[in-house]
Amino acid sequence: MVIDSEEARLVAAAKAGDMSAFTALVEATQADVYTLAYRLTGNEDDARDVAQEAYLRAFKSLKRFRGDARFSTWMYRITANCASTQLSRRSKGRHEELSDDDNVLDERPESDPEIMAEAGVLRDRVTAALADLPPILRAVVVLRDVYDLPHDAIASELGITESAAKVRLHRARRKLRERLFPMPGEEKARAV
Amino acid sequence: MRSSRFFGSGGVSCDDVAAALPAVVDGGEIADIEVQRHIAACLRCQAELVQYRKVLRTLHQLRTAVLEPNPGLLPGILASLEAAGERRAMHHLLNGRRVAYVGGIAAATAAGAAGAILATRARRRVRLAS
Repeated sequence: MVIDSEEARLVAAAKAGDMSAFTALVEATQADVYTLAYRLTGNEDDARDVAQEAYLRAFKSLKRFRGDARFSTWMYRITANCASTQLSRRSKGRHEELSDDDNVLDERPESDPEIMAEAGVLRDRVTAALADLPPILRAVVVLRDVYDLPHDAIASELGITESAAKVRLHRARRKLRERLFPMPGEEKARAV
Repeated sequence: MRSSRFFGSGGVSCDDVAAALPAVVDGGEIADIEVQRHIAACLRCQAELVQYRKVLRTLHQLRTAVLEPNPGLLPGILASLEAAGERRAMHHLLNGRRVAYVGGIAAATAAGAAGAILATRARRRVRLAS
């Protein structure tokens, strides 16, 4: 994997104690980290707390970051771990608040407006369907299919076995497919 | 509930294949040859696989859809980092002072012990001489 040289320089400087280098890394990744936190927790307050906690943990354990992956990928793992802790803390206190509103900003270049509009509608539907998944399924499918983390990393950060992570992933994909593209007979079964 | 249909001599149903589709959609190999044959022959299961691929493609696209965080997020993160940095610096400072303090006591103890040994030897020499 080719790591961006500027990122590598910032990481090395931050490891050597340069606070402004770490601040630059935070500035470069905060929107991504927040987005992942929001997708995992489903609400803004928890997402903000998770992002803050994730950077604090990263700061404290920066010396352990070997640099063989992108800094952002390392942050995704820490964020997943913090979100998992936050969700388990929340589930002990109250039921999960699930939200299907989402102000996603599309940064993709537009080519064909019709295709883009259709793709945009599907993205909104997928986002809403994700928000309706139980948190334990949502976490796995977001980390694997959106952020492309390997199964072993997902299992490790969520504190589950790799085979449990795969089972949850397949269940999540199936639920999403059933919700978005119900096959004949499935719609009827859902309505009952 | 979906209807089960059977194809070929293997007796693999659409339900059996449906359970395997979430795993094969991102390139996972289909170990069971009967499942492979079923998918190759069953339009319904092929259609379902296409739907899974659409879901997966859209999930991949979400990676570039970044949410705009609240403007207060960055200052909040930096403030907590600063506080952690100050705590760490204070910890190092206290540790450094502790080391200097313990080192001073150790040096004083060593000096005292050396002095006592020298004094004892000197007294012994005086006794022998007299």
